[in-house]
Amino acid sequence: MTELPYVGQASTPAAGLQTRPRIVFDNVSRFYGEVLGVNRVNLSIPPGITSLVGPNGSGKTTLMNLMAGLIRPSRGTINVLGIPPTRPEELFRKMGYCTQFDAFPKGLTGYQFIYSFLLVHGMIESEAARLTGEALQRVAMTEAADRPVAAYSKGMRQRIKLAQAIAHRPTVLVLDEPLNGLDPMARNETIALFRQFGDEGRHVIVSSHILHEVDRISDQVILLSHGYVVAEGQIQGVRSEVKDQPMQILVRCDKPGLLASRLFEQDHVVEAKVNEDGKGLLVRTRDADNLYLLLNRIVLDNGLEVEAVAPADDDVNSVYQYLIGAEGGTT
Amino acid sequence: MTWSQIATQPWMLWRRQVASILRLELKKSLFSKRAWWIYILTLGPVLITGLHSLLSGRIERGHTMGEDNMIFAGMFQVYFLRLGIFFGCLGIFSNLFRAEVLERTLHYYFMSPVRREVLAVSKYLAGLIAAVVYFVGSVVLSFLFISAHWGPVFQQYLFHGPGLAQLGWYALTAALACVGYGSVFLLTGVMFRNPMIPAAVVFVWENLNPFLPSVLKKFSVIFYLKSLCPVGEIPTEGPLAFLATMTEPTPAWLAIPGLLIVSALVLALAAAKARKLEVSYSD
Repeated sequence: MTELPYVGQASTPAAGLQTRPRIVFDNVSRFYGEVLGVNRVNLSIPPGITSLVGPNGSGKTTLMNLMAGLIRPSRGTINVLGIPPTRPEELFRKMGYCTQFDAFPKGLTGYQFIYSFLLVHGMIESEAARLTGEALQRVAMTEAADRPVAAYSKGMRQRIKLAQAIAHRPTVLVLDEPLNGLDPMARNETIALFRQFGDEGRHVIVSSHILHEVDRISDQVILLSHGYVVAEGQIQGVRSEVKDQPMQILVRCDKPGLLASRLFEQDHVVEAKVNEDGKGLLVRTRDADNLYLLLNRIVLDNGLEVEAVAPADDDVNSVYQYLIGAEGGTT
Repeated sequence: MTWSQIATQPWMLWRRQVASILRLELKKSLFSKRAWWIYILTLGPVLITGLHSLLSGRIERGHTMGEDNMIFAGMFQVYFLRLGIFFGCLGIFSNLFRAEVLERTLHYYFMSPVRREVLAVSKYLAGLIAAVVYFVGSVVLSFLFISAHWGPVFQQYLFHGPGLAQLGWYALTAALACVGYGSVFLLTGVMFRNPMIPAAVVFVWENLNPFLPSVLKKFSVIFYLKSLCPVGEIPTEGPLAFLATMTEPTPAWLAIPGLLIVSALVLALAAAKARKLEVSYSD
């Protein structure tokens, strides 16, 4: 497992985040009879958006259900901001969970669904009504609120579940495939909502199969495979720790051939491929830091005009392919 | 008063939570498509006694009001206590958690900041209200219907004789049956994936009661309920009648609190089991 510093850890200005309450998994395993759910999971999740990534059956939902106390660990302990999931009466004041289950209590409208469960929290009617209205507005469901949930489309059901999860303003939001069934506009609005929660210093734990969206929204990722955590941390950090796969760096410049010839003199450069348009170069290197230093020197010595330098494979998709491969069919 | 203020006062919080869960659950317990057969269990005796009264009023009566009373006593002990309320409670209470697992909606409760014990008690109360409405209602209507054709004589018996007291005892016994069987079936619904197997065991045990030795008789719900019936025990008939053992009935002052205490203990056990219940719909 690749363990890396989280956002704000160590010398970053936001080092204070480390002292903030975290979601902690301590050597947690869960078995379903003979079948492994997750095994020996050790995590300490800081505030911000954390994405759980992995193929089907890798343990994402198990991890979320453990966090929420819907299932119990066979071994180990879990602590959510200091509260064990065995105490739902305390945990769910702080946590909202939007599960993958596409089922709703019968006979309720969207409004009644959210309102009724806020009353179950113990809220007074006026407070529950206010928070229901607010949650419906946040997911753009106000107009459809008086229709029965049974008459909703898949995307509307997804949004009403999300509204129910956020209605009591939780500090920990757990979302299992929350973008499923949403149209592109709703996806963007929902991602913006997550971003807002993350920026407010809340914990947002998201599982998703759509890796480019994970890239867009995540502060950190947890990669799972076959019930094991294979990597965790900021995606760039995770990528740099994958030593057996050379980093890919894209350089847009006016003399890619010259640059390629100079780079090939270095041992750490594995490959340099000139772009088809002749205005750039894709370099594969085992030492990205050295490459950046070398690049500066070459540019100065040869008067190259460099338009852009950017890593080409420090996204979730690449890291996923390197660490897990295409086994899970994740898009 | 805000939620955070309410949350600091556990009793007020629990009261509000029980009330809100009751509102959601009562709708399901009272008006559910799944409960169609419970409606038949409750309406059956009402229809039969109503028909009896209707027909007896029109044709010459070949029986006395005392015989009607004995028929009702038999109907109450054999049908209501041993079959109707038993199976009705099985359907209502074992489904309080189980039906939500089947419908994949239990997690909404489990994801609310509610003690599982409060949830179990709230669901039990909702089931109890539904069961009492169904079965006490059915008992009262059947009692009134079976003798209604006696007109002023029945009114005299009801309001100036022992009729109203008898009706009260029947209603109380039916309600206590719901309390007792309700707690048992809530427990089996929480403990077992298929509550039918433990229900069958309980059913056999309860119906073996007349043939059990005196000591063992006391470990059943039906024993205490029969003690409360206003008309004495209906003698066991049939080829196995000689196996039946007679036991001194338990006095009401002991039977009622005894049944309530045992039910409370079973309910506490069900609540403790609910605390450890997992949401695992795929199983």
